[in-house]
Amino acid sequence: MDIVLQQLVNGLTLGSVYGLIAIGYTMVYGIIGMINFAHGDVYMVSAYITAIAIALLTFFGIESFPIIIIGTLFLTVAVTGAYGWVIERIAYRPLRNSSRLSVLISAIGMSLILQNYVQLSQGANQQGVPTLLSGALRFNVGDGFVQITYMKIFIIVASLIGMGVLTYIIQKTKLGRMCRATQQDRKMASILGINTDRIISIVFVIGATMAALAGVLITLDYGAFDFYVGFIIGIKAFTAAVLGGIGSLPGAMLGGLVLGLSEALFAGLISSDYKDVFSFSLLVLILIIRPSGLLGKPEVEKV
Amino acid sequence: MTSLMEFKEVDVHYGPIQALKKVSLTVSEGEIVTLIGANGAGKSTLLMSIFGQPRISSGEIIYRGEDISQKSSHYVASHGLAQSPEGRRIFPSMSVEENLLMGTIPIGMDHAEEDMQHMFELFPRLLERRNQRASTMSGGEQQMLAIARALMSRPKLLLLDEPSLGLAPIIVKQIFQILRDVASTGMTIFLVEQNANHALKLANRGYVMVNGEIRMTGTGDELLVNPEVREAYLGGH
Repeated sequence: MDIVLQQLVNGLTLGSVYGLIAIGYTMVYGIIGMINFAHGDVYMVSAYITAIAIALLTFFGIESFPIIIIGTLFLTVAVTGAYGWVIERIAYRPLRNSSRLSVLISAIGMSLILQNYVQLSQGANQQGVPTLLSGALRFNVGDGFVQITYMKIFIIVASLIGMGVLTYIIQKTKLGRMCRATQQDRKMASILGINTDRIISIVFVIGATMAALAGVLITLDYGAFDFYVGFIIGIKAFTAAVLGGIGSLPGAMLGGLVLGLSEALFAGLISSDYKDVFSFSLLVLILIIRPSGLLGKPEVEKV
Repeated sequence: MTSLMEFKEVDVHYGPIQALKKVSLTVSEGEIVTLIGANGAGKSTLLMSIFGQPRISSGEIIYRGEDISQKSSHYVASHGLAQSPEGRRIFPSMSVEENLLMGTIPIGMDHAEEDMQHMFELFPRLLERRNQRASTMSGGEQQMLAIARALMSRPKLLLLDEPSLGLAPIIVKQIFQILRDVASTGMTIFLVEQNANHALKLANRGYVMVNGEIRMTGTGDELLVNPEVREAYLGGH
């Protein structure tokens, strides 16, 4: 019992982070119909920026946790957002009217460029950040106990806030309506006076900022990272996006939670060595049984 | 009357196919002008070329004294041109209200509430469906929504692409009655139609397009009684 509860807590943490990164995949897919394979590496870049931001803030003698964390979040989200904008500008916009395959290859190229650029500039060794928030809550359950670190609580709360703010923007604001209009009918959106190129840029920036939020949270929790961390977590988040229904924003968040929870339960109850096998088997199964995902709409052939 | 929009010898090509051939036409302020022609004559291409989709290959599109043929779609839209396009192209997953708000992009939200009330007076059906997803509405209601959305930007020139397409005769009648009401407020309208009868009765002037060329022009009444037009577009009776 305590194991199940413990893994549910772990799964919730993992799942909310998958959800954050999945948002970037799903929104970009929704608006220009491509899988941005460089998205996982945007997350990786944000891990490095997190470390740089913490180092910078500590260098200036700031020691209180709230200021460091807010400063780090702010810097990382801003710089990573800029990365998202630049990537779209140089790797995807010039290919706007090309075949999907060209864009896909460009995305894979962008992913390799980011990895190698970080490896060259930051070194191939594993890097780390100091623990900023320690301590945990403990609950006795039967004979055992469930432990929730403050950091995990912080991750869940921050992720939920991030998702909540984004959902509000997309559903209730003018910018959100413009994003949805561009997603549903780009040509009509442009006829109504929307600068659709700018909206696409904004969507890339939104995706990058959500990945940056995940990057800060995971890096603070886990401590260590290298230039290759974006790969596995990127594919996991992509799985989450497909699971929830690619193109659907609530789907990405739900898919992230479902994937995180089921992965954690599998790791805790069956085998932690095979948890990646489990996740990707799940991906294969969804693609076979319900390719449109949990909340996605089945593709309607237009005649 | 001053010319609001003028096509000067406009050519449009789709690859090797020429869709518009030296098309010239004028729409003056306060006028209702219609362009009639068969399916595939190039009518929708002409309307979309105003927004640069596709770009014209030669000629000029003059709007209020400026050649807009090489401008971006959003530039054109933000200077007083609004279109209810072929196939309506409403946003299916948005509510009626959100679709209407999309029309306010060029002018901002300042008049949104007031204009929306006005649209609900013009199209009472939309008021009933205010919070409904647009995709769940009937074809006629979707057409009304597309016209209302275009009007929400307070256009100087309203472009309509086949508002009667695929609709029951009674709904077509309703829609043309509403267009008459809109026209009576002094709105300039450029209407592209296959339904020549309704279109020519509404319009001050008309053009007839055949295979990408302007074949004939005249007042609405002249064209209505023209034997060639009657033969080709009005079923010969």
